[in-house]
Amino acid sequence: MSSWLPTNPSSRRWLGLAPTYLVIGIFMLIPMIIMGTYSFMEANPYGGVKPVFSTAAYLQLAWEYDLDGTLVFNPGYLKIIWRSIGLSTMATVICLIFGFPVAYYITLQPENRRNFYIYLITIPFWTNLLIRTFAWIIILGRNGVIELPLLSLGIIDKSLRMMYSDGAIAIGLTYSYLPLMVLPIYASLEKLDFRLLEAASDLYSSRLEIMTKIVIPLSKPGIIAGCILVFIPCLGAFIAPNLLGGGKKLMLGSLVQFQFASARNWPFGSALSMLMLAVVVMALIFYARGAKKRAAGAES
Amino acid sequence: MSDQLTRPSSKRKILPVGHYRGLGLWNAAFLIFLYMPIAVLIFYSFNDNRMVMIWSGFSIDWYIKAFNNVAIQDAVLNSLIVAFFATVISTAIATIGALVLARGGNFRGKTMSLGLITLPLMVPEIVTAVAMLIFFAAIGINWGLGNVIIAHVTFCIPFAFMPIRARLEGMDTSMEQASRDLYASEWETFRYITVPLLMPGIIAGAMLAFVISMDDFIITLMVSGAGSTTLPVYIYSMIRRGLTPEINAVSTLLLLFSITIVTAYWIVSNKTRTETVH
Repeated sequence: MSSWLPTNPSSRRWLGLAPTYLVIGIFMLIPMIIMGTYSFMEANPYGGVKPVFSTAAYLQLAWEYDLDGTLVFNPGYLKIIWRSIGLSTMATVICLIFGFPVAYYITLQPENRRNFYIYLITIPFWTNLLIRTFAWIIILGRNGVIELPLLSLGIIDKSLRMMYSDGAIAIGLTYSYLPLMVLPIYASLEKLDFRLLEAASDLYSSRLEIMTKIVIPLSKPGIIAGCILVFIPCLGAFIAPNLLGGGKKLMLGSLVQFQFASARNWPFGSALSMLMLAVVVMALIFYARGAKKRAAGAES
Repeated sequence: MSDQLTRPSSKRKILPVGHYRGLGLWNAAFLIFLYMPIAVLIFYSFNDNRMVMIWSGFSIDWYIKAFNNVAIQDAVLNSLIVAFFATVISTAIATIGALVLARGGNFRGKTMSLGLITLPLMVPEIVTAVAMLIFFAAIGINWGLGNVIIAHVTFCIPFAFMPIRARLEGMDTSMEQASRDLYASEWETFRYITVPLLMPGIIAGAMLAFVISMDDFIITLMVSGAGSTTLPVYIYSMIRRGLTPEINAVSTLLLLFSITIVTAYWIVSNKTRTETVH
């Protein structure tokens, strides 16, 4: 090894990192750049693009051409974007309400039990999302696990029509990404100094005050990270809106997939993807700023 | 108000500071919510009826049917081929990358390199899927399963990278220094000290990469052409055709497979954690 490897530490480093740069660079970074340029081209009705500069894809987000060629406002796609943001926010909030007490409960446990709980929570994360969402069809669907007993007991006399609704999508999204909320909150709570809580209690803080003035502020980095980790995949979700929304209640992710699979409007699909990337970048900048501020605060 | 509940006069057990009533119950409800769909899915895989939701009796016929389904066999084979190559290649790339990033000290471009490795984790899957589809179409790569393998290698790298890097950062360098002091060559030190010590991390990384590859759906759906269907993509097409317990049977098997690997990963990483403590 030593005979053929460069001895200069810098060349060694870059040699070691070269495969990573090659693979992720060529197969992920360059494709995203191509996608960005495609979003500024004209659509080819047979798939792909015509190499002509055009902002039509971005205009299509909110306007369409009338029969006489004038641009008119068309809120159709904006509604889908709006619904995506609304449903993703809803799922994120539900995940937070569900997940925070669980993350906190785990930190109160002895260490080996903590690890076991973390294992239980990560298991669904590593199993197939498609299958886990499919299970919800059996639960929510017509004559499903929820309806069947209600029907046979005569509590309801016709289907509740829980499937193919925004509610069903929200449940699916919440269920899909719950572990991504619990884990970062747990990671920041794990470092919590319980002596602070005792001190607060000695100084006559109520349990509510201990929670709102000590535990929640100190777990803020974890809460923010968890919210970003849940919100971003929700926004790009394809499986939940497709299976539980029946493909009629589109979200950003399923709209993108539709542009490439059926509508054959690659520039528009690319423009929507760029929009999603912009949201991700904004979320990351927001997070990095918060982290920098906290680091500065910790130093002073 | 909540304070009053815990006063001794209320004759209830006094909760220690920081504990709240109902947390245990909340946690239990959470775990039920997390596992109930999985339990339902497995339960209905033993349904005798053609329709998933109409229970008519216990049977394992759907498992037999799934095993004898040639399309499923092909999809499983494709999935295994893809996952095998994706795991081996991505773990190798991640190992070298982790060695540089964990041991190479601070250098210019370190943050950028870390960002690049974690890029597939940050970009929404559908965007990755679409970008790769465009890329393959633009340069005209049409290698069937090859396209799928390339895509999987790319997004498996960060998953393989994380446990390897964690292991490296927890590893003491004194053994390697001792080896070098005792005139072992650099290669010998790497081969006989670093690699064995790093092995649990490499195995953990490989397991995660394998599970992630086996489970991927949306990226595979977009980049795979005809004839390179993997198991999750095939399951999706089954769901679209109509719900039979055969889907549940295949899904149950895939689920148990993932759970087994993740459990093995958990045991391996727990063991190494206690090793480093003692």
